Amino acid sequence: MEIVVCIRRAPTTDARIKPAADGKNYEPAGINYDISEYDKFAIEAAIQLKEKHTGKVTVLCMGSKEATKEVRTAIAMGCDAAELLVDEAFRDSWATASALAARLKSLPHDIVLFGWNSVDNQSASTGQMVAELLGLPSVSVAVSMEVADGAAQIERLAAGGKREKYYIKLPAVVTCQKGLNKYRSPNMKGIMAAKKTVVAETPANAPADGVAVLRLQPPPPRADGKIVGKGADAVNELVRLLREEAKVI
Amino acid sequence: MAKYESPDFFNLDELLSEDDRNVRDTVRDFVDDNVMPIIEDCYEKGEFPKAIIPKLGELGVLGANLPEEFGCAGMNNVAYGLINQELERGDSGVRSFASVQSALVMYPIYAYGSDDQKKKWLPELAAARIIGCFGLTEPDFGSNPSGMITRAKKDGKEWVLNGAKMWITNGNLSDIGVVWAKTGDSDDPKSIRGFVVEKGMPGYDVREQKKKLSLRASNTSELFFTDVRVPEENMLPKAEGLKGPLGCLTQARFGIAWGALGAAMACYDTAKNYAAERIVFGKPLSAHQTTQHKLQKMLTEITKGQLMAWRLAKLKDEGKMTHFQVSMSKMNNVGIALEIARVAREMLGANGIMLEYHVARHMANLESVKTYEGTNDVHSLAIGQYITGHSAFA
Ligand SMILES: Cc1cc2nc3c(=O)[nH]c(=O)nc-3n(C[C@H](O)[C@H](O)[C@H](O)COP(=O)(O)OP(=O)(O)OC[C@H]3O[C@@H](n4cnc5c(N)ncnc54)[C@H](O)[C@@H]3O)c2cc1C
Ligand SMILES: Cc1cc2nc3c(=O)[nH]c(=O)nc-3n(C[C@H](O)[C@H](O)[C@H](O)COP(=O)(O)OP(=O)(O)OC[C@H]3O[C@@H](n4cnc5c(N)ncnc54)[C@H](O)[C@@H]3O)c2cc1C
Repeated sequence: MEIVVCIRRAPTTDARIKPAADGKNYEPAGINYDISEYDKFAIEAAIQLKEKHTGKVTVLCMGSKEATKEVRTAIAMGCDAAELLVDEAFRDSWATASALAARLKSLPHDIVLFGWNSVDNQSASTGQMVAELLGLPSVSVAVSMEVADGAAQIERLAAGGKREKYYIKLPAVVTCQKGLNKYRSPNMKGIMAAKKTVVAETPANAPADGVAVLRLQPPPPRADGKIVGKGADAVNELVRLLREEAKVI
Repeated sequence: MAKYESPDFFNLDELLSEDDRNVRDTVRDFVDDNVMPIIEDCYEKGEFPKAIIPKLGELGVLGANLPEEFGCAGMNNVAYGLINQELERGDSGVRSFASVQSALVMYPIYAYGSDDQKKKWLPELAAARIIGCFGLTEPDFGSNPSGMITRAKKDGKEWVLNGAKMWITNGNLSDIGVVWAKTGDSDDPKSIRGFVVEKGMPGYDVREQKKKLSLRASNTSELFFTDVRVPEENMLPKAEGLKGPLGCLTQARFGIAWGALGAAMACYDTAKNYAAERIVFGKPLSAHQTTQHKLQKMLTEITKGQLMAWRLAKLKDEGKMTHFQVSMSKMNNVGIALEIARVAREMLGANGIMLEYHVARHMANLESVKTYEGTNDVHSLAIGQYITGHSAFA
């Protein structure tokens, strides 16, 4: 099976994001990067497919040259080959999806896996756009997946916590959600293998962005809490305020 | 508690390759996920966390600096050092388990074993499918192993072992033991040879040593040999005399020089965070002059220790490391780690004695680490001999 997994380099989820001086990007200083969290479920799913059906997992990443680090981590986890589509700017989903789709046209794939959402940009759309650009069926937000006989049976998480079940023919695009699996950590041999793997680099073939960032600003700071009194005496007032002001009970 | 952060006052990260940092972070995450949640319990019960054994094999940290052809990762010694550092940040007992397996069991088989022995044992040991221990110390001979009483006598195609070993890490968990015995007269340390003794060989008994107050999450055992018949092919062909076991100890001490830093950094991190939050006499403990003095001393000693360990690993990679340098590094880094653990314990006040805060556990552990693999006295005598040319051991 030819499996492709598309990963994104993103700030770690504990990073404190501050707008940069231009007011459009975030300040890169002091930020640590990692593979965007949900992409790790996609990597694990890819490796499990390979282990079960044999084949090859190729990691595809569009990003700056620094993303070689994340690509190597994916190799260390168990992927086999890696390609970096080099683009130094922070691009939107459309530009990213277009560049990935352009590359996928000549890269063999039975299944293309994505994270359902990036932890930084959070547009939850790149995977579906790639599917449309390639004319492939797709299922997003997968929480279970079985592949057999050139088709996949997938459960996805739908609104309201409901689960929907789909049967799709391969080749297809699937975006992965937490719950699909428990992803593995790289091990020492994997890290050594990653060190020796050549990460192929080609310039990304990306069109202009479709989205323009006008301004990046942090949410307003939360207002201070209110202390309504002390001890049992405060309970009635607290209940009144929760009911009448906060309207939560 | 806050997520652990290791200090890097001298930008040492810049001296590490991306792979080295990757190794460190991977093992750090492993410890967060697999050691920290269970270690208090194991320590209190006085048990080694057996559940992590197969996971350590999967992670590939056992014998990680040995070649790939034997199922190992073939890593450089900075990465290997960092593995030890991170494991000991969790617990000295966990690092001890890995040290014994890597440096005292896999290394001697790799360095002194036959091709058959290497092929038979190393991949199994790397994957943690079998566990090993190292039997050198005896009830009456610790710092001076050349006095050992355990003997091996040739009888046909077998060696017959008699004697006893004590304080043996992993003893009770082990499938095999690398055991050192004299093959000649009792006063002939040149006749010391290494044997791979297998669990289940008639006459070989193991008894766990309980009621320890240190390294409680590590297995320590006595080994007894009564006419144990060990086949010829289980003798390590390339080790003769005390050089054999001492060569292993150099490897293990290298790992300890790094490992102790992990424990020291854990204690520093805990003390620093605690002092920032604990209010005494109306302001944070960390705003008091004496506290700042303690914290700066910790950071200074850690930084010196990190530089020493890093340089030691580079020398080892270049094949230039001497056992004197290893002695100094083991002695220094364990010494400062113990002192840092004690001061951290003190800074946490009453909380400092609780398992929950980890510092007392590290402190108690480090007392063992200071004693095994050459006590500080022994290392200072070794370095003294290097400086002066006089042996003051006896
Ligand atoms: C938890 C634990 C795990 C261990 N694991 C192993 C293991 O896996 N395998 C193994 O073989 N051994 C193991 N050991 C044994 C350890 O290596 C010995 O305890 C150590 O070498 C010291 O020996 P000893 O206890 O006999 O002390 P002694 O040698 O009796 O020393 C007692 C004191 O005398 C001091 N001293 C010794 N010689 C001199 C001198 N010439 N001048 C001045 N002072 C001196 C020492 O520094 C020490 O303070 C372990 C020990 C512990 C505590
Ligand atoms: C086994 C045990 C039994 C105990 N039994 C009792 C008991 O029976 N009754 C009882 O009342 N208490 C008891 N205690 C509590 C003990 O008295 C306190 O632990 C001790 O007074 C320290 O206070 P603390 O733990 O709140 O530490 P903290 O007040 O948090 O102090 C932490 C650290 O800060 C240092 N420190 C404090 N103030 C300053 C300052 N201004 N500048 C610089 N450093 C400072 C302390 O020396 C310590 O190193 C017991 C403690 C233990 C460990």
